[in-house]
Amino acid sequence: MIYTVWLPLVLPFLAGPAARRLPASLPPRRAVLVLALAAIGLAGASTCALALLVVPGATHLPVVAAVGHLLVPLASGAPDAVVAVAAVAAALLVCCTTLLVRGAGRRQRRLRRARALAARSEGELVVLADHHPDAYALPGRPGRIVVTTGMIRALSAPEREALLAHERAHLKDRHHLFTAVVDLAGLCHPGLRALREPLAYAVERSADESAAAAVGDRGLTARAIARAALAARAASAAATPRPGPALAATAGPVPKRVAALLGVPDPGSGRAMRPLVRRAAALALLSCVVLSAGASLHAADELHDGIEIAQGESP
Amino acid sequence: MGDTHGERRPAGELEAGVLAALWAAGRPLTPGRVQEALGGALARTTVTTILTRLYEKGTVSRERSGRGFAYLPTEDASGLTARRMHAELAKDEDRGAVLSRFVSQLGDEDERLLRSLLDGDGRPS
Repeated sequence: MIYTVWLPLVLPFLAGPAARRLPASLPPRRAVLVLALAAIGLAGASTCALALLVVPGATHLPVVAAVGHLLVPLASGAPDAVVAVAAVAAALLVCCTTLLVRGAGRRQRRLRRARALAARSEGELVVLADHHPDAYALPGRPGRIVVTTGMIRALSAPEREALLAHERAHLKDRHHLFTAVVDLAGLCHPGLRALREPLAYAVERSADESAAAAVGDRGLTARAIARAALAARAASAAATPRPGPALAATAGPVPKRVAALLGVPDPGSGRAMRPLVRRAAALALLSCVVLSAGASLHAADELHDGIEIAQGESP
Repeated sequence: MGDTHGERRPAGELEAGVLAALWAAGRPLTPGRVQEALGGALARTTVTTILTRLYEKGTVSRERSGRGFAYLPTEDASGLTARRMHAELAKDEDRGAVLSRFVSQLGDEDERLLRSLLDGDGRPS
């Protein structure tokens, strides 16, 4: 049995904890890129590992052995275990592929609808007559910014400029593509779902920084975010009964974003992280990716050697 | 934000700001009033030009007011499409898949933290 093949299947579970600490340790724009690349690397390596687990068991099938010109099945462990592992890996591979195709299709349909709206709209800003404060960017070419009247009225004119700059940054930096990559990676390996939240946070932070640069005022941008969030909360509290105190007591993303813009320590952790700890997160995530890719390659190489032996080509 | 900073930005971005100011007011505004609402970030002539362009696109309507016009936003075709889409997305629990919202939901602790952060930054820095 090739043991390194299991590594890419386990490592994505370690990527989550490292990823959660990443947005605090890298500039937001770089954190977005690193998280997306890590998701691609880890998803690719784990899918590869599944495929490598299928092969030894599959060689017990006469048809596969014939196609591969194998004299004997691959000798990589007890035949029963090898076949069982191959069957499970094959089932997982089919399951992942189905989820991936369906997930990508759903996303594509949603994007098409968003583009249809963008095509009908003359201007960059689409205003919705709705008292509930809400704002988001609709990707497209060009994209559109949708803002409700509730949000417009909750903010002052300079704060609205910060909001528009934030949404423009999402569109210009094509953040929806990074989100899509990480979401789809989460369908390839359940451990990678833990990367979604850190990415969502890094994407917002990146847009916040772009907005602060565009309006030239970090305090103003922070106030715009805080007031928008408080207004949205007040409106939803009035509309629906307030959810009980079951909500997490830790700081959610909005206070963290505001604190980061104001340059005060993260309200969630209570104190600033030491530089060494901050760098460790990036290093840990990078190690996961490198180890995963290396293990996959090593396992593929071992398998290749095994196949040559089974073909009777080398001793 | 200084005057020159506002004037140098692309026309499309200026339009968004003017349109938002009209929606915020909720009543017809003259170019002078729009300029005031924007805190004097744009010159009066720039505001008038933008309002005329928005009127030509059908994004705003206008009525006589003294010697000039007062402008009022209209919910145009894109607004109606957006409303349909908005309603559709509200049902979709996975709406985060395509859209990044400006702010996510707050917990009780978040609200307290935000208020204390805002108080700490009450004065313009």
